[in-house]
Amino acid sequence: MFRRTLVAAAAAGALIAGTGAAEAQIRIATAGPMTGQYAAFGAQMRAGAEQAIADINAAGGVLGQQLALEIGDDACDPRQAVSVANNLASRRVQFVAGHFCSGSSIPASKVYAEEGILQISPASTNPRFTDEGGWNTFRVCGRDDQQGLIAGNFIARTFPGQRVAILHDNSAYGKGLADEVKKNMNAAGLQETIYQAYVAGERDYSALVSRLQQANIQVVYFGGYHTESGLIVRQMRERGLNAVAIGADALVTNEYWQITGPAGEGTLMTFSSDPRRRPTAAEVVAKFRAKNVDPEGYVLYTYAAIQVWAEAAKKAGTTNPQRVAQEMKASGPWQTVLGPISFDAKGDVTVPDYVFYVWRNGAYSEM
Amino acid sequence: MDYALQQLVNGLTLGMIYGLIALGYTMVYGIIGMINFAHGDVFMIGAFISLISFILLGMGGITAVPIALVLVLAIAMCFTALYGFAVERVAYRPLRGSFRLAPLISAIGMSIFLQNFVQVAQGARVKPLEPVVTGGIVLMEGGTFTVTISAMQIIIILTTLVVLTIFTLIVARTPLGRAMRACEQDQRMAKLLGIDVDRTISLTFVIGAALAAVAGMMYLLYYGVIDFFIGFVAGVKAFTAAVLGGIGSLPGAVLGGLLIGLIETFWSAYFSVQYKDVAAFSILALTLLFMPSGLLGRHDVEKV
Repeated sequence: MFRRTLVAAAAAGALIAGTGAAEAQIRIATAGPMTGQYAAFGAQMRAGAEQAIADINAAGGVLGQQLALEIGDDACDPRQAVSVANNLASRRVQFVAGHFCSGSSIPASKVYAEEGILQISPASTNPRFTDEGGWNTFRVCGRDDQQGLIAGNFIARTFPGQRVAILHDNSAYGKGLADEVKKNMNAAGLQETIYQAYVAGERDYSALVSRLQQANIQVVYFGGYHTESGLIVRQMRERGLNAVAIGADALVTNEYWQITGPAGEGTLMTFSSDPRRRPTAAEVVAKFRAKNVDPEGYVLYTYAAIQVWAEAAKKAGTTNPQRVAQEMKASGPWQTVLGPISFDAKGDVTVPDYVFYVWRNGAYSEM
Repeated sequence: MDYALQQLVNGLTLGMIYGLIALGYTMVYGIIGMINFAHGDVFMIGAFISLISFILLGMGGITAVPIALVLVLAIAMCFTALYGFAVERVAYRPLRGSFRLAPLISAIGMSIFLQNFVQVAQGARVKPLEPVVTGGIVLMEGGTFTVTISAMQIIIILTTLVVLTIFTLIVARTPLGRAMRACEQDQRMAKLLGIDVDRTISLTFVIGAALAAVAGMMYLLYYGVIDFFIGFVAGVKAFTAAVLGGIGSLPGAVLGGLLIGLIETFWSAYFSVQYKDVAAFSILALTLLFMPSGLLGRHDVEKV
């Protein structure tokens, strides 16, 4: 295990890849899993942040100053997230659009609060992030209790009396979600047959799959990320277990289908109604498509997080993070690519909208 | 009963994969008494080379499964062996005769280097492979539960056993094996007796890497998805297997792999999935408490 510590220490040393900034610039950052097994999401965040900054700078910047982007790589590791946060603080970053994993966002937010940095997560859905967060935590995505409510009710309504397994990966995100689904499903009158944690980062889930098979499971809910969920679904189908697979917003990446192949057909997941199709996003989506980037998943969320911050800073007339945070909660709605966004006192968006998506033939679409 | 049998098949396969990787650890340890921490990453490279070969063969129109399998195996073993050779040459040989921890640290550095090299060269995203070997045999048709063993599982189990037999024979019966055992006992004396120690150690690394390539290919075929990080978890498990079986012993490596695979699987099957590693490592600790040199290890091991 000590090798892992060494790897983490070495990686932390080489983490912060600055893009170079003159003194008159305002430094903002995006932080997420740029490497590691969830790197696909880090790439989405990076694409969104780069485009947002390019667009804002082209329009004259914020308060007459240009924005410069810093990238932090936490690899979805909570310990690394803290060192990234400290590192960003030492580079006098004003605002962070991140992190991705809830398990990273929560510990990092404590550092940011102390250092006076504003944080808007484009993706962390665990309720604790804003529930326990201080003045500085915001998110432009929904919360797992909202997501879990919809998924739990959906399962109870659509599969009454069937044998359901709820699996999770023990991460802040995965377990939080699984617990919400369980609670809401039970409240709606359906008891699960299996509630089980699995080990993230493994490849062999054959023992778990045989266990599901033995229990005659008909519906499987995944509180976890696409790498493990994808492998479990693939191994389920290989062994002839045709239970319905249901996941959440962490499956919203084409990489899910790369892992499952045709086995992923029919997988359901909850996510906000596709931001790419909103009229407010049309212009930005066209810019991404022109650069051959598909603004899937969290690209537009990261873009919107930076937009909200820029608008609030303009309105407050300062980039002082405390003042911007007050402004974000007090004023609004803020016009973003996701549509108008307002924040409640905790920093959550006031109107989250989760809908079900289904994977068919390598693409996902709203159900 | 049928459920237990299915889990036995699952556990056997997993254990054989651990054992196959563990063979490489144990061979290198046996000869120079050094834990080659980069072995897990050489295994990962073997998996990547196999994947690239499958794709190239597919593009070249060679799609007959048995021919493709043999060709990929040969290509992967050759190229991965080159990596093994280079790793030894660059990271370990200059440090031979240095203090004991030096090659160990060098190995950790090599492991980080290989991971990052593949991450940069191939991207951080997972790489999938369409199923190549499909089909299987139904072992038991129960009322509710059907026990099956897939063709891939049979291939993995047989491959590990064949590889184990071949390499046990090489070490026991050939001039190279004799040279290896001599280097293991006393390098200076072996040198005095005219054995080319450098060449023998080099060959051990080449063979170890070729073994890792076999394991990498099996892993790729069985799970169908690889990324640059697979070497870490697999490496730790295989290393544990080698220690449990008695590091330095080839049958011990496979036995240790089997035990760990079976413990993990049966623990997942009947208790909590999330504590399977705790179970496996507890058994390791207990075994080492009563048998410090592992199940099949010899007692004269003092090197670290």
